Amino acid sequence: MESFTFRHTTQKPLAGTKAQAITGVVASGNLEVLLERVLPADQCTIEIATPVVGYGDVWEAVAADFVARTQPGGLRIAINDGGARPDTVSLRLAQGARLMEGGR
Amino acid sequence: MSLSWYEASARQRVAALLDAGSFEEFVGPEQRAMSPHLPLFDLPRAFDDGIVVGRGRLDGRAVYLAAQEGRFMGGAFGEVHGAKLVGLLRAALTETPDAVLILFDTGGVRLQEANAGETAIAETMRAIADLRRAGIPVVGLVGGRAGCFGGGGLIAGTCSRLAVSEGGRISVSGPEVIETNKGAEEFDSKDRALVWRTMGGKHRRLTGGADVFCDDTVAAFRAAALDLVGRAPAFDLATLEAEQARLEARIARFGDCRDATAIWARLGVNDPAGVPALSAADFDGLVAGLEGTTHDAR
Repeated sequence: MESFTFRHTTQKPLAGTKAQAITGVVASGNLEVLLERVLPADQCTIEIATPVVGYGDVWEAVAADFVARTQPGGLRIAINDGGARPDTVSLRLAQGARLMEGGR
Repeated sequence: MSLSWYEASARQRVAALLDAGSFEEFVGPEQRAMSPHLPLFDLPRAFDDGIVVGRGRLDGRAVYLAAQEGRFMGGAFGEVHGAKLVGLLRAALTETPDAVLILFDTGGVRLQEANAGETAIAETMRAIADLRRAGIPVVGLVGGRAGCFGGGGLIAGTCSRLAVSEGGRISVSGPEVIETNKGAEEFDSKDRALVWRTMGGKHRRLTGGADVFCDDTVAAFRAAALDLVGRAPAFDLATLEAEQARLEARIARFGDCRDATAIWARLGVNDPAGVPALSAADFDGLVAGLEGTTHDAR
């Protein structure tokens, strides 16, 4: 197993007031994303636990891209990975952010 | 509500099964009650250890429910997973809801934490017996991709009532386990038609193992759960003696059959080979015309 924590400063807080959301399942090629609105409005952390070692650079890039696009200020995001591809990770993160904004 | 039960995740099933917005989760994912064992095997964990437990409303009735996630570790019982289910059942004994629902989706015990898993199976069966003795119906719903196998099959056997869909399978030893131990000539696990007609929902319904056969939708499972909560048998000596008599009669009547279709033919089904293709409605019509498929035992 390998784990990473990425800390980002955002320009704005994520919209919505939902305190918590979870999406996805830890299965082969899939992942679960737990989002909690517990941080200061200009902070975002992304914690990752993955059984696939050696892809730290890719995780860092995917996380940075998500933060830049979504500006998820206030969120502590935790990922349990089941070997998902980067595009799946991006989609799940976007899905999680939508849930926190109050979408479906 | 036309959401496929088979395709849905445990959380989607819970949200769509209960009255909208009524679900309250116990030991939610934010508490991170995860397996202490899986990291030793370099395996990923899940924030809820593959089971969602809590309480909510089913058409206004107060229910406690547990939903297994069949896609995480095959929905298998580990230490935390099992403890959440046992804890829920024991809490239900104190809180006395109108019913308890178990949304099975499991291959049995998680091999990486087998001792804890086996213990949880035994404790779950004991807790279900206590609930039923207290007059609280425990209804099992089976329709997930992992089916209901191993210890999950044993637990299902202790429930007051069971509903199962075409995709749901109920057994103790799974197809691969039987093939590994007895050979492909005894049971070819790659023969999907054989697997489904031996362990699938229709066969379980026809032989009295399940009480409702339903379509693979959340709406159908909700209707089945409501129906079964309303007609759970008493858990007393008379019920247990009736169940023993039913099982003895079943083995005497069908014990020499070599295939499920032979059992169906002996039950009086005119076209056994056509059973797997029947829709739920047509299948219900078939079952209604057969004696002994609906009973008050269990």
